[in-house]
Formats: sequence, structure tokens, C-alpha cells
Amino acid sequence: MTTPDTEPSGAAGTAAAPGAVAPAPAAAAVPRGALAETLYFAVRNGKLLGGLAVFTLLLVAALAGPLLLSGDPNAYVGLAAQAPSAEHWFGTTHFGQDVFAQFVHGLRSTFYVGAVGGGIAAVIGMVVGFTAGYRGGLVDEILNALTNVVLVLPALAVLLVINAYLGVRSLTVQALFIGLTSWPWAARAIRAQTLSLRARDFTDLARLSGVSTWKIIVREIAPNMSSYLFMTFILLFGGAILIGASLDFIGLGPTQGISLGLMLNNAAQWNALHLGMWWWFVPPGAGITAIVGSLYVMNVGLDEVFNPKLRET
Amino acid sequence: MRRYLLRKLLVYGLTFFVAVTVNWMIPRFMPGDPVSSMIARASVAQPEAVEAMRAHYNSLFGFDRPVFEQYVNFWIALLRGDLGISIWLFPTPVWDVIVRAVPYTIALLLPAILLSWIAGNWFGAFAARRRWLDNTMLPVGYILTATPYMWLAILMAWGLGVVAGIFPVAGGYSFELQPSWSWEFIGDLALHWFLPFASLFIVAFGGWAIGMRNMIIYELEADYANYLAALGAPARLIRRYAFRNAMLPQITGLALQLGTLVAGALVTEVVFSYPGLGHLILKAIQNQDFFLLQGTFLFIVIGVLIANFLIDIVYTVVDPRTRMGLGGAA
Repeated sequence: MTTPDTEPSGAAGTAAAPGAVAPAPAAAAVPRGALAETLYFAVRNGKLLGGLAVFTLLLVAALAGPLLLSGDPNAYVGLAAQAPSAEHWFGTTHFGQDVFAQFVHGLRSTFYVGAVGGGIAAVIGMVVGFTAGYRGGLVDEILNALTNVVLVLPALAVLLVINAYLGVRSLTVQALFIGLTSWPWAARAIRAQTLSLRARDFTDLARLSGVSTWKIIVREIAPNMSSYLFMTFILLFGGAILIGASLDFIGLGPTQGISLGLMLNNAAQWNALHLGMWWWFVPPGAGITAIVGSLYVMNVGLDEVFNPKLRET
Repeated sequence: MRRYLLRKLLVYGLTFFVAVTVNWMIPRFMPGDPVSSMIARASVAQPEAVEAMRAHYNSLFGFDRPVFEQYVNFWIALLRGDLGISIWLFPTPVWDVIVRAVPYTIALLLPAILLSWIAGNWFGAFAARRRWLDNTMLPVGYILTATPYMWLAILMAWGLGVVAGIFPVAGGYSFELQPSWSWEFIGDLALHWFLPFASLFIVAFGGWAIGMRNMIIYELEADYANYLAALGAPARLIRRYAFRNAMLPQITGLALQLGTLVAGALVTEVVFSYPGLGHLILKAIQNQDFFLLQGTFLFIVIGVLIANFLIDIVYTVVDPRTRMGLGGAA
């Protein structure tokens, strides 16, 4: 996370498309060095810290919970349909499964789908965005057409058909297909950023010195929008979780194990609503909302840290 | 303007072509033999149904023919409106099943999208730069956009339907009523429609409000806003100008969000067993009815493409730059 160190003063080059907020350098007289300055504002940003706290808490629960509650989360361990108690913190399902055990295992699956799906989407979005933006010309036209096609295809509908035909479904395959369908807006945004960075002096200088294209992209262009790339990844992470949960809920979740979406699916399918078993369907939805919400709030906080214009005075 | 719309049409045509090709490819390139596995998984009891299915699959897939011919035949059948026969509602053609469900989905989606967009934009613009309102709206808005559609739907069905007993929680209308144009039936339809609509509306509303709020703040910092303020223009006038400028990205955002909104409607229908396309998808998956699933997929794609094109037309009306061929931020 480095902020640009060589950039002409003012926002001359950052007047890109509206909505695409480019990180600009801070001219404040706070600590020296880009990293120190970023940190200075980061630890003072309530949104970033709050989001990070919720996210970390859930991540720890997802990583440590399954170790403490080892064993099959779908095992029948208690009486059926029990309300939350000291023994079963979140109660039990219609079949006597422990909802809390399912919840922590489900959290882990949800983080996994978000990280892998969002990661794949980010990599594709970066490759397509950088290539289209830097190369221009025919390559740009073709990649742009591809991006637009995938962009207007409703991702969930495509995923439904693919997943329905897959007899045995795993989290990894689900995350892979989510990544393959959710990259277009990221590619578009990165392309727009690359276009504005391509015209800068330092890129020209590198090109004149005969540096190869990929080196220019990796060493000159990417570092100057690293914060932007990180924020894109955060949004893709959250989006992948929501799509994955929808798929699980419709009944195309992983055939083995548990996820938060699958818990909602089970609860709806076995009439938890009519039986008044709120402890079965409230925690998984709250878990998803908390993860994705904390990601979004963190994103706003990061935006304020990187972009001095947005900092609260 | 014509060039702009033609370009867009080209992209949409290409997308439709890709969607149909994907639809054709998936059963053929997935591991295993689709015909036998489908018949095995369908587990239809009636022997004549099994025979009809096998004959239909074989004639439709035509595995003995060259791949290219299979592909062309697939297109010909599609253009004739032949999407196969539903297994779930054997022997109803898939086309008929879908056409019966589409009005419900449209009745849910169209008002939810338009009203949430209008109300969200209005509220976001109103809340921007008003300290107290802004500070409450922002976290609420972010929580709403992060809420999975089905979860809010479940919570509302539970709270307002099961616990409070105000609204029915399943179906498009009460089963004791016959569909007719009586007031009683229409009232019943509206009662069943309200909760799915409201849960869609609320989640979408949060996103639009935040988007508009951020855009307004961005616009209020622009030079023209400062200039107007320096001239002593009233704050209301400046806000109105900012609002008009902020609308453009929100229109583009509407096009970008269509897929998510449709996905939200699908899962919401599943929660409420609302007899639209989402319910069909659930039934198709539960009954291994692949023709119905693929037919629904095509309908959704066509619907999204048409909606995208309509938004493009609106954009050319709203933003003069696209009409002049100067290329706005589309």
C-alpha cells in the first residue's frame, strides 16, 4: 500500500470518470514517507478501524472456531429444535444439529468463497484492465467487447445453469466460477485508471528507456494505483460472498460440508419460519451481512485514508 | 446518437449469441452423458413420460450428427420458440410454463427497481451534507446493501407474516380463490405481492441512497458549484444542479446493477414461493428439469438485454453529449 511518490501537484490527472476515485498524494505536514503517512491516517479513521474490527473478529471465529468445535458440523448432537441455551449457543436445527457449530464452519466456507472468488476475479480484472488500457487499439476493442458481454450477462443466471449441471459441487469450483463471471466492472475501472496513468511522464520515460511492457505495468502503473486495486479486491470479495450465498440458498451449494447460504437454505426448506425457529435463520444471514458490511465500511475508510479530498476535517 | 445505439445493439446481440452458445455448450461439455443422467435423475414414474423424454432428448441433442449441425438445429428450435418440454410439469412446453410465470416477476421487479431508484436517489441527495441525517443514513445504507436479499425476505416474512400475521408468506394468491378480475382477487394479489416487493425495495434503496449521496458530495466540490456559491446563488439551486449531474452515473449504475437486482428477485421469490421465474428455477433444480432451467436462463438474459437497451435510450435523452456524438460516460 504505497501512495504515489512522484506525481504532479493537483488533480490534473485524477479527473478520470466520476465514481472512480483515484488515490492522490497528501500534501499535509504529517509524518514523512508514504507508508508512515498512510498509517497515520489509517489509525485515526473510525470507519476503517470499525470495519476491520468486525471483519477480524469474524475471521478469527472462522479460523479458530472449527478447530475448537472439530467434528462434523452436520452431525446430530442434541435434541431437535432447541432454542439457544448454554449448551447450544445458537440452539439446534430441526434435526438436532448444533447451529453454532454450523455457523463457524459456515463462516469459514464463506470467507473461502470470498477470498478465492474475489481473488480470481481481481486477477482477471487486472490482467484485462491493464492490457486493454495500456495496449489500446485493436486489443482494447476486443477486450472491451468481451468485458461488455460478460458485464451484461446476469452472473447468477449463468452460475445457476453451470452449477445445476455439475453433479458434485465443491466450494472451490463454486468460487472458481464466481470469479470467472464477476470480474468485468473491475476490468473496466482498472482500464480507466491505466489510461490516465499511461499518459504520465514517468511512464513515457520508462517506455523511452526501452523497458518491456509488462515491467512498465508491474513497476510503474500498478504501484501507482495499488490502493485502488486493493479496494477493488475488497468489493469483489464482498460481491463473491453475496453471489455464493444466493447460489447456496437456491439449492446449488456445495454438496458436502456447510456454508452460511446453505444454512439459510435448510432453514427455509424445513419451515423454520413457520415453526418460529428464528435461531436457525437469523445467525447465518447476520454473519453474511456483517462480513460484507464490514468490508464495505472498510472500503469507505480506506478511500478516506488514501484520498486527502475525502478526509474529514 | 444512432452510432451510439447501434454500437450498444451490437454488444447486446453478441451477448445474446454468447448466452445461447453457453446454453448449448454446458450440457455437452459437462462430464458424463447428459441424456441418461437426466433421465435417471428425473425419476419420473410414468413409463410413457420416460420414453417421451428419451426420444425428445435424443432428437434435441442429436448426438449422432456433426457438432456444427447440432448447434444449427439448436438455434432453429430456439427461433421457433421451442425450448423443450418441462419435466416438472410434464407434458407442458417450457415456453408456456415460463410465459405464465413472467408477469409475476415483472410485477415484482419493475416497481421495485424503479421506485427504489427514484426514492433512493431522492433520499441520498437530501441526506448528503446534512450532518445528522448523513451520519445515520450512511451506516444504515451500507448495512442494507450488504444484506443478502433472501435474508431480509426471510426476516420480513417471519416478522410481518408469521409473528404479526399481517401478510401472507407464500404464493402469488390464496389457493381458495380462482384467478379472475374481481376486486377480491386483485386485493389478494396485492397482499401477496407486498412483502416480496418491500424486501427487494429496501435492499436496493440502501445502495441507491449511498451512491447518490457520494455523487452529490463529489459534485458539490466541483468548480461550477463553488462558482455558483461565490455568485451568491441559493444553496437549493446549487443542489439542484448537482443532482442533475449526479443522475448520469446513477443511470449507468442502474444498468450495471440489473443483474444483481434480478438475482435478488429470484431468491426473494424462492423465499415467498412467489410464482415467478425464481420459483420456476427452484422447481427446475429440485426436479432436475434442465430444459426449464435453461429456458428460464434465456428469458432472464433477454429481459436484462432489453432493459439495458431501454436504459441506453433514456441515457441519450438525458445526456446531450451522447446525442452529439461526444461520448459521455456511458
